[in-house]
Amino acid sequence: MKHVLSDSLVITKRQVLQLARIPELLIFSTIQPVMFVLLFRYVFGGSIATDQPGGYVQLLMPGIFVQTVAFTLASTAAGLAQDMEKGLIDRFRSLPISRGAVVIGRTFGDALLNILVLVVMAAAGFAVGWRPSSGFLSVSLGFLFLFAFGYALSWIGIYVGLVVRDARVVQNVGFLVTFPMTFLSNAFAPTTGMPRALQYVAEWNPVSSMVAACRQLFGLENEFGATASSWPSQHPLETSLLYMILLMAIFIPLSVKKYANTSS
Amino acid sequence: MKTVSAEELVKTYNKGEVRALDGLSLDVAEGTVLGVLGPNGAGKTTTVRILATLLKPDSGSAHVAGIDVIKHPDKVREVIGLSGQYAAVDETLTGWDNLVMFGRLYHLGRQKSIDRANELLERFSLTESARRPIKTYSGGMRRRLDLAASLIVQPKVLFLDEPTTGLDPRGRMEMWGVIEELVTGGVTLLLTTQYLEEADQLADEIAVIDHGTVIARGTSDVLKKQVGGERLEITAENQDLTKVQEIIAQVSGSATHLDGRTVSAPVTSGSSALIQALRALDEASIHPLDIALKRPSLDDVFLSLTGHVAEETVVEPVKKKRGERK
Repeated sequence: MKHVLSDSLVITKRQVLQLARIPELLIFSTIQPVMFVLLFRYVFGGSIATDQPGGYVQLLMPGIFVQTVAFTLASTAAGLAQDMEKGLIDRFRSLPISRGAVVIGRTFGDALLNILVLVVMAAAGFAVGWRPSSGFLSVSLGFLFLFAFGYALSWIGIYVGLVVRDARVVQNVGFLVTFPMTFLSNAFAPTTGMPRALQYVAEWNPVSSMVAACRQLFGLENEFGATASSWPSQHPLETSLLYMILLMAIFIPLSVKKYANTSS
Repeated sequence: MKTVSAEELVKTYNKGEVRALDGLSLDVAEGTVLGVLGPNGAGKTTTVRILATLLKPDSGSAHVAGIDVIKHPDKVREVIGLSGQYAAVDETLTGWDNLVMFGRLYHLGRQKSIDRANELLERFSLTESARRPIKTYSGGMRRRLDLAASLIVQPKVLFLDEPTTGLDPRGRMEMWGVIEELVTGGVTLLLTTQYLEEADQLADEIAVIDHGTVIARGTSDVLKKQVGGERLEITAENQDLTKVQEIIAQVSGSATHLDGRTVSAPVTSGSSALIQALRALDEASIHPLDIALKRPSLDDVFLSLTGHVAEETVVEPVKKKRGERK
């Protein structure tokens, strides 16, 4: 166990090297979220009415940030499944390295990539008129939340990758989970327009809490519908934190155990 | 004390429906090479995966270098090297990146990992391509790199799971050269293969497995004797085949086997049978295209032990026919 951190970092370094060897990977992982920013800003931005000073883009950016980090679930899962398919995980498992290192290392690597993606997106958002109105500390805390949320979700990704194993299937499962998860929320449109039953689902969705938390930290009003008076809606920061802690408390031990017992 | 020993290994998949290993036992003496020979699906890979701590058997026990594989997998991992069927390296990274990474994972430290990587690249003639991504490597180069990765810390026991499957003849010869060199260095090696000649070439002892259990073991000579003595083989023009069959039946005193234009039969008195046959052929004015006295090949061993031909070794036309039937 004494090598957990150093072994994990070797695995993380491998991912960094991959990005260095195939810069296209890096370019495409940042192009997609930037594309989303532009599409939503200019396609929906014009038709979604908001009395938010600064316009729809202020509401949109937290939503897109959360959506992008949520996709870490899919990319972590796919990356791990690919390693399993290629037999690389077998090789790692035949080495005297500490139990969790391979999966911990991967979550670190994906977290590093998220930092980069968030920076690029923030720049893109700024270019299209996003101006957080809170102070530097609040904004930084918002990004810390986003980073942590992505990290928590990448542990679900680890579990999904270990269970599903097939990289192409994993990709589909990832999208199947993350798409409804991010759209069935307050990220892009107010939940008040949804059927009432769906409003409850949307507002209890961790993505909604995260988006609300980020909006609050970036200096915007919370917008909740049916559950507006509930504790989670009133306390998106606390709720988001609880969700993250809960996810990690469940999926880190589960994934590490699954990895140890896994065999392809 | 055997360096590798497996006793009564059982492993089932799909809730017992598929019995991959069915009480398999084997052992490898220190510094020797055991060739585990069998067709696809015989249980070769499952055996290696259990011995290399990647898989837990349903029952049975296994020891590597005296360490219990099931109880102390971590200790086993410190003394083994494993190289699988497919190159288990990161294809996007360079050969050098990979070896340094594996060195670090063996806790060699930065400089030592680099030195060891350079040393192994040199030894496996990969220095020139060290800085190229693995995906640009040829199949043979990939396998060599994969093998190099399993030798980072000189392992006491090396497992090679079908090291030459999928390689072209040249790549296979190169790989054999590399493996032979390793064996000279004194490593204990367990090698699986579906190539009979590979086991013959590289292994001190051969364990033939089929349907998850060892059906025969011994040196290749012993196995060949088990199948019987020599065979007389004569290839002739089509119009002469009937006559040739008659002659061989007479000389050998047993039933002949016809394969294409080659007639064969087991003989007990090797060279005198050959001379007799030649005389008879000459009297009948038959000029054979080819004539040979063959010791049984491992193909014959397999056929006689399992009742079916080992895959991949079947001569081309026969293989096609089997494929068509499916």
